[in-house]
Amino acid sequence: MPADSPTSSRPMVDPRGPRFGAAVTTVVLALALVLMGTAAGTVLVAWQTLVFGLGALVGLHAQPYGVLFRRVVRPRLAPPAEMEDAAPPRFAQAVGLLFMVVALIALLAGSTIVATVAVAFALAAAFLNAAFNFCLGCEMYLLVARLRHS
Amino acid sequence: MTGVWILIGVLLLATMFGLWFRRVNGRVRDTRPAGLAMVGPNDPPAAIEEPTPQAIALAEALEGRLGERATMVQFSSAFCQPCRATRRILEEVSVMVPGVSHVEIDAEENLELVRALDIRRTPTVLFLDRAGVVRKQASGQPRKADVVAALGEILPGGAPDFVI
Repeated sequence: MPADSPTSSRPMVDPRGPRFGAAVTTVVLALALVLMGTAAGTVLVAWQTLVFGLGALVGLHAQPYGVLFRRVVRPRLAPPAEMEDAAPPRFAQAVGLLFMVVALIALLAGSTIVATVAVAFALAAAFLNAAFNFCLGCEMYLLVARLRHS
Repeated sequence: MTGVWILIGVLLLATMFGLWFRRVNGRVRDTRPAGLAMVGPNDPPAAIEEPTPQAIALAEALEGRLGERATMVQFSSAFCQPCRATRRILEEVSVMVPGVSHVEIDAEENLELVRALDIRRTPTVLFLDRAGVVRKQASGQPRKADVVAALGEILPGGAPDFVI
C-alpha cells in the first residue's frame, strides 16, 4: 500500500518548530554535559527528560520548546512554506526520551559515566537534527522494524 | 573540566559525521549486487538467465504498476520527513517525463520485500528500466537534477530532451 494516505486528518507542524526545539535541546544537553556530576547537571538532565517525555507521550503541542516557538518565535517569522507531518519529530522525541531516561536512572544510581555516555548520544542526535536536518527516525525506524519482525 | 572536553569531542565527531552524511545522502548510484544484476545490451547473455528471488519479489510487488519506459520505486516510512519531499520530487519528474511512473511502497508494511532487497533506510529509491530491472538506487532524499540524470541513463534512446 502506498504511504500517501490522506494527511489532512493527521497532526501537522511548522517544520521550523522541531528544528528550533533541537537547537534549544542542544544547548541544554551541552550544559548538562559540562555540569555532569553536579546538582545543576542532574536538574538539567531531569528537565530535558521531562521535555522529551511531554513531546513523545503527550504530543508536540505540549513540548515546552515547541510552545516557546509558537508563542515567541513564530509570530516574528513569515508563515512556513508548508506544514509537515508531526509523526517524524515525535518519533525523534521518543528516541531522545530513551537516552535521557537511561541518563537519569544512571545519575540516580550514581553512575556518572553511563549518564555521560547517554547524554552525549542524545546531544549528538539533537545537534545533527538542528545543524544538518538529520532525521533519526528515517535511519532507525526501518532497522528497528526489520529487527522486531524478524 | 572533563565535561567540556567531552562536549567538544561530541560536537566535533557529530560535525564530521554530518558533513559526510550531507555528501553521500541521496546520491544516485549504479546497482550491481548479485541478484540485481544489470542487464544491458552489452552484457553477456549469461546475465539474463534466471531471475533472482529479489527480482521476483520486486516484480510481484509492482504487478501492473511498471512504467512504460522506466519506474521509480520509493520505499517510505511513517516517521520520515524526507520521504514527503522525495515523493514530491518523483511525482514532478514522473509528470514531466513521459512513460515514467512513480510507485511508493510503505516499507513497514512490506518488510519481506524490504529484507529481500536489503533496504535499510527511508527514503530509498530504486530506478527500474523498462524491463523492470533495478539499474540505479538512491538512499536518502535525491536531488531532482540527479533523478533526471539517472533516468536519462536508463531510458531507451538515451538522455531525454526535456528541461528541468
